[in-house]
Amino acid sequence: MRTFLEYLRNAWDSLNAHRVRSFFTILGIVIGVTTIICIFTIIQSINRYVEGEFSGLGASTVYVSKYPWVITGNWWEFRNRPPITLREYRALREQSVFARWISPLIESFRTVQYRSHSLEQVYTVGCNEEYPETANVSVSLGRWFTHLEVEHARPVVVIGAHVQEVLFGLENPLGKRIKINGLPYKVVGVLEKRGNFFGFNMDNQIIIPYTTFRTFRLSRRNIAIALRVSDPNQLDELKDEIRGILRRVRKIPPTEKDNFSINQQDMLTQFYHQLTGTLYLVVFVVGGISLIVGGIGIANIMLVSVTERTREIGIRKAVGATRTQIIVHFLSESILISLVGGFLGIVAGVLVSQIPLNLMKLGASVSPGTVLIGVGFSSLVGILSGLYPANRAARVNPIEALRYE
Amino acid sequence: MSSKTQPPADRLPLIHIADLHKVYVLGLTRVYALRGIDLDIEKNEYVAIMGPSGSGKSTLMNIIGCLDVPTRGRYFLNGKDVSKLDEDELARIRNKEIGFVFQTFNLLPRATALQNVELPLFYAGISAARRRQLAREALEKVGLADRINHRPNELSGGQRQRVAIARALVNNPSIILADEPTGNLDTKTGAEIMDIFDHLHQQGNTIVLVTHEKFIADHAERIIHLKDGKIEFEERPQVAGGTVQ
Repeated sequence: MRTFLEYLRNAWDSLNAHRVRSFFTILGIVIGVTTIICIFTIIQSINRYVEGEFSGLGASTVYVSKYPWVITGNWWEFRNRPPITLREYRALREQSVFARWISPLIESFRTVQYRSHSLEQVYTVGCNEEYPETANVSVSLGRWFTHLEVEHARPVVVIGAHVQEVLFGLENPLGKRIKINGLPYKVVGVLEKRGNFFGFNMDNQIIIPYTTFRTFRLSRRNIAIALRVSDPNQLDELKDEIRGILRRVRKIPPTEKDNFSINQQDMLTQFYHQLTGTLYLVVFVVGGISLIVGGIGIANIMLVSVTERTREIGIRKAVGATRTQIIVHFLSESILISLVGGFLGIVAGVLVSQIPLNLMKLGASVSPGTVLIGVGFSSLVGILSGLYPANRAARVNPIEALRYE
Repeated sequence: MSSKTQPPADRLPLIHIADLHKVYVLGLTRVYALRGIDLDIEKNEYVAIMGPSGSGKSTLMNIIGCLDVPTRGRYFLNGKDVSKLDEDELARIRNKEIGFVFQTFNLLPRATALQNVELPLFYAGISAARRRQLAREALEKVGLADRINHRPNELSGGQRQRVAIARALVNNPSIILADEPTGNLDTKTGAEIMDIFDHLHQQGNTIVLVTHEKFIADHAERIIHLKDGKIEFEERPQVAGGTVQ
């Protein structure tokens, strides 16, 4: 080990003796490693962000709806399904044992007004008092509406932070009456600020009791149903139970497939991983190619260096260097080149990846794995590209080498 | 002048060469560089090898220096048959037993005098501190104690050759092999270098000198004259080991 450090120091001296050449050789590796580290960091940061977003859907919540979240196959098959209605919500509510919390979800976009301020296309959810449990949301101000308010169809509303800002500014919104598509509702709470979900402003929404949701033929309208178990391990039991109840309610014969979908966060995460898996592969190939090009650069320069230093090799052999010692001598130069390149590449990769991540307003995550990949790949390239030139050096005939001009 | 029969190993001279042949194959032609050399060199001898170019003296020198192996014949160095060794074994022998001094000095241009002298010790696996100490001592012996951190291009020709001699000495080798050591030096500097060799000989070193200059060869105790790959004759100069001005 101590001897290898001396070889590395020797290698450093020879790189120093040809600074320009070493710079360009190292640059080849830097570009390759930067590419890999940069894209890896970006993907990992996006991954972390996306997983964070998906987790908002709740790991222990399932959503019953007409369409599956990830459609594979023929869309028309799903289009002909009957809508999920409040009748099925009631059936699930009465019969499900595993669902600890359950809420219908009626969604629409409404115009909201308060005095002279108005906001159009506000995402409006009609649900019951158990919705905050299923969706992992809470109020930062005021309260949620109660069971009784839902039962008696009281015109109360919980508004998002963005809606509060636009309609009320600094004014206290609690107890104020706003108009939703012209109908008056009393503000009882303000949702915690949640930011964006894939570009959709989660704070630009209002939540009202589903019983007050004014819509065309409410009983036939397609809704979704959110169900949450108390113990995430019971998720599969819940899904089986839902299937049983809905098939019974809908009187589906055993030979026919389900005509409803039970969705959960997993499906999105899996689908997302499937997508990024391909992306990873592309990055590996692109980064790999640039590293191979860098490696060829090293091999090329090392071959030139071996030829140029034929006499030096002759001298070293004359005073007793064995083939192995000559190989280690030249290998340590190529390894040093790639290690320096790898290190600079990691630094550059992390720095460069900040630019797009900042534009996307994402925090960068640099994992030790990424660094390991950078160091690993570059040392591999260093060894592989140095082997052939080092072997050539070791095979130099000392007698001819000493005469070499 | 030499023994065709092989003496028992414990009685072998330092260098025992018997019926040595070297044939080079250059394309379709065969070049007979050595055609049966018999030569013994005892410990602490001072031998010069002379001959015109093409006489085979470089080939003989390379084989004695373990840079090359003979096509036929035996070469015993220190009682060990080195004519059949592989490349790495030869490298180890060169490292321990042989100190080279070349006409063109052959120093590493980017290394300091000290680092150049340390080189054989590095390949012998000696620790950095011990290396530095031994190299310093060797440089002191050749009178370069004040030049140890100079690079070859900061030294005169004579000083460079002294660094090379220090490098040849530093491993305490069995033989010092000098190939035209004064060939690139002016007469006065050459004489100084020859003084060093004479001095080293007096201290008990075995020296083999290859030259084509009679007045340089006259420093040796024995002069071997080569011609066409064979030993033509051998002579003993009048002033053995002395200085000829």
